[in-house]
Amino acid sequence: MPILRYDNPYEPATGLERRAERGYPIGPLSARPVHREIYLVGYRNESDVSLQKPPLFEEHREAGADFTDFGGWEMPVTFDSIRTEHAAVRDSVGIFDVSHMSEVSVDGPDATALMNRLTTNDVGTLERGDAQYSCILDDDGIILDDTVVYRYPERDGYLFVPNAGHGEEMTDRWSTYAADHDLSATVTNETDETGLVAVQGPDAIERVESVASEPIADLGRFSSTRTEIADVDCLVARTGYTGEDGVEIFFPAEDSDAVWAAFDGVQPCGLGARDTLRLEAGLLLSGQDFDPDEEPRTPFEAGLGFVVDLSKPAFVGQEALGDLEDEGFDEELVGIRIDGRGIARHGYPILADGERIGHVTSGTMSPTFGVAIALGYVDSAYAEEGTTIDVEVRNRTVDATVINQRFLESLEQETVTE
Amino acid sequence: MEFAIPDGLSYAESHEWIDRRDGVVRVGITDFAQDELGDIVFVELPAEGETLERDDAFGLVESIKAVSDVYAPISGTVVEVNEALRDRPELVNESPFDDGWLIELESSDEPDHLLDADEYAERI
Repeated sequence: MPILRYDNPYEPATGLERRAERGYPIGPLSARPVHREIYLVGYRNESDVSLQKPPLFEEHREAGADFTDFGGWEMPVTFDSIRTEHAAVRDSVGIFDVSHMSEVSVDGPDATALMNRLTTNDVGTLERGDAQYSCILDDDGIILDDTVVYRYPERDGYLFVPNAGHGEEMTDRWSTYAADHDLSATVTNETDETGLVAVQGPDAIERVESVASEPIADLGRFSSTRTEIADVDCLVARTGYTGEDGVEIFFPAEDSDAVWAAFDGVQPCGLGARDTLRLEAGLLLSGQDFDPDEEPRTPFEAGLGFVVDLSKPAFVGQEALGDLEDEGFDEELVGIRIDGRGIARHGYPILADGERIGHVTSGTMSPTFGVAIALGYVDSAYAEEGTTIDVEVRNRTVDATVINQRFLESLEQETVTE
Repeated sequence: MEFAIPDGLSYAESHEWIDRRDGVVRVGITDFAQDELGDIVFVELPAEGETLERDDAFGLVESIKAVSDVYAPISGTVVEVNEALRDRPELVNESPFDDGWLIELESSDEPDHLLDADEYAERI
């Protein structure tokens, strides 16, 4: 048993190295060599000065949270247990501090043109208050990040939300592109000034409505509105990352305490539950299920073709995707149900008839179904649902089946059928 | 946070405990260890009859967020494994010193190198 005082679940090696460089203890207390694989590990009682802290850091610490380094932020990984937090969101409601996510605003006469050039979905279809999921690509069609683009409800202009640690990079990308192409737009990285919480679960809307100054029950999926919560001006959007109904709430970072306090009594949830919830819903994690360096993938391979509009005005990566659409692609992301004993994890090989046909990018034990589930890329010949495959789990092969990656539905279906 | 550290057991620095009773040595992981791992979802244990040397990795405990080897605090032969963990690995979380035990060894090894409860408490 090692002491689990490591960080950065999604970059195990580099996370450990970086932590060692900063002079933090990285080893087990015992000196013996240990086999360990850390996927998402929290620590307490020590704070990492090189990491950015969310405005609610002290609040979370007092609540007994364990923390982890995520995208350069020191974020709560668990408050109680992953199982408890996960169940709260599936059964009733939970709240997440997700202020580590980046926020970038884009205004000006060419804001729409700029957004359309640098994202894959058609921003031109957004009415005020609408939001859309989208990808940000390089010239080769490789996903740099995924994002949600919000058109502000009260004014022209956009807010988009890159993943943790990507705010500055995307602000630069947008500004440089605008300058190089004579587009008139103001691009501002608002990450540090913006607080963001997600209230998710079947009871989320009712709970938010009980503290909001405006009704929100009529808010459509991927729509947003302005409302006050605890006298704080908030942008409330019916979006999320859990597979449940719910909202994400943007507000000035300095008002974080007031907004968080308005949801007193709601189960606080950390990144651990956020990961199991998103995986059950079949949602991808940037930097893990795709990554320009470690896992370079196009939206087609990643199963995100539904946010690519090849017929819209020109965008970065369009040509490469057009070619790919004609030529087809060799590998694609699939959902995997583990049938044998074991849990597939990031990087584990996927085999068929003893041959390597792909690898796992995310995997866990599903708290809802008690079944091990995973996402991974496989040779397209094996991507059809129902295909039997093997996953290599610590030098053992374990039986598995390709199933629809929307595990919440596909595993529920199986339960009903049985 | 306060962790249970029952008196009368011997502890390894790597957070296993042993309980000697009637010539059989029961082995498990500590309350501290189960809390660090979090929700345990999978436990892999050796077969009965297997011989373990002290410090051998004899199995592993996997939670939603991590997996870790577990080590034999002393040498011995596995005479019993906790079959209940196959279907209910969460017993290690709920009851690390009782229902969540891992294996039983037949051993003539003396546990002099291990820690008593007070010594272990100082290390966590």
